[in-house]
Amino acid sequence: MSLREVAAEAYRESLPVLALSAVGGLFAGVVLGGMEAELRAVSGLLVLVPALLATRGNVYGSLGGRLGSALHQGLIEPTFSFDDERVNAAVAAALANGVLVSGVAAVMAVALLVALGRPVAPLGTLVAIALLAGIVSGLLLTVAVVSVVFVGYRRGLNPDTLAGPVVTTTGDVVGVATMLGATRLVLALGGG
Amino acid sequence: MTDFDAQWSVPGIVRTMFPILLVLTAIELGSGLVLDTFEGTLLRYPSLLVLVPVTIGMAGNLGSVLAARLSTAFHLGLLSFEATDDRLAGNALATVGLAVTIFPLVGAGAWGVQTALGGTALPLPTVVLVALLSGSLLAVLAIVVTAVTTYAAYRFGLDPDDVVIPVVTNVCDVLGVVVLFGAVRLLV
Repeated sequence: MSLREVAAEAYRESLPVLALSAVGGLFAGVVLGGMEAELRAVSGLLVLVPALLATRGNVYGSLGGRLGSALHQGLIEPTFSFDDERVNAAVAAALANGVLVSGVAAVMAVALLVALGRPVAPLGTLVAIALLAGIVSGLLLTVAVVSVVFVGYRRGLNPDTLAGPVVTTTGDVVGVATMLGATRLVLALGGG
Repeated sequence: MTDFDAQWSVPGIVRTMFPILLVLTAIELGSGLVLDTFEGTLLRYPSLLVLVPVTIGMAGNLGSVLAARLSTAFHLGLLSFEATDDRLAGNALATVGLAVTIFPLVGAGAWGVQTALGGTALPLPTVVLVALLSGSLLAVLAIVVTAVTTYAAYRFGLDPDDVVIPVVTNVCDVLGVVVLFGAVRLLV
């Protein structure tokens, strides 16, 4: 293939997925843009945004990849039940990783900001927000990833190419929206 | 416990993934600190705040799409690491093309939704220009990071599928914030 053909093919194949994730990213941005008040109220919350969004992508993208490979290998069946030990283990491990690493991210963010002498909300507030957002977004993204991968596979689509775009489009929106919800709840309960 | 069982046990999966996640989180906190540094500007101009997740996400996506294509080409034995390699150059060209197509639209979209929802303090051309400048720079950086990481994986005998995508996605995330910061400093 010539240079022009390679470039044209790569462009054509990638544009739809990237456009879709741009739309998802814009939705996430709208939610973040509406979070001004919460970002002002909880110093250090903005520091957590990239880490928490990336965690969603890393953890649930990898869950999608794992389920996709297992379907290809015939290790799991694309049926929704709670009997499959492998699916249960993969989901439980993803949730544990997602929630744990969110909490650790909050602790690390507070430590960094204190070390740099920058203003930061109490440790308990940020950890509570991170854990709460981690649990709720984890449950929502698990449902999204498992449904899309299983339903897609049953319809003859390649789960490998489905999981990535689903996580990149829904991950940011769900990630920011659950951070907003968690922050409001924690502030309402007296944190901050 | 056999290797196979460990791959599908909760402690097994957590043990494999958690250390990687910690490293990636530490990298991402770096970009969080950059955001914190220009929090004042972001809160004054919410249309820039709207651009944050999409710029971060698109930077990582451009890198990961390129990484996936290069590692497939590599597995098929179609890739050589030379500047004259058509597959490498063609994919790099497509990455720039994709960035130049999508980022101005993203800028206009961010401005549009913010105007509809809360009113904007910045004119449309400024937001589009911030997005276009960030996107073009990010495309070039994504190409460099992806090519270097794929080459490193190949030299160290690692499967590019396992290593390159997480590294490229998260490094590009951080670069996304840094480049956005630079473009805002320059243009706003």
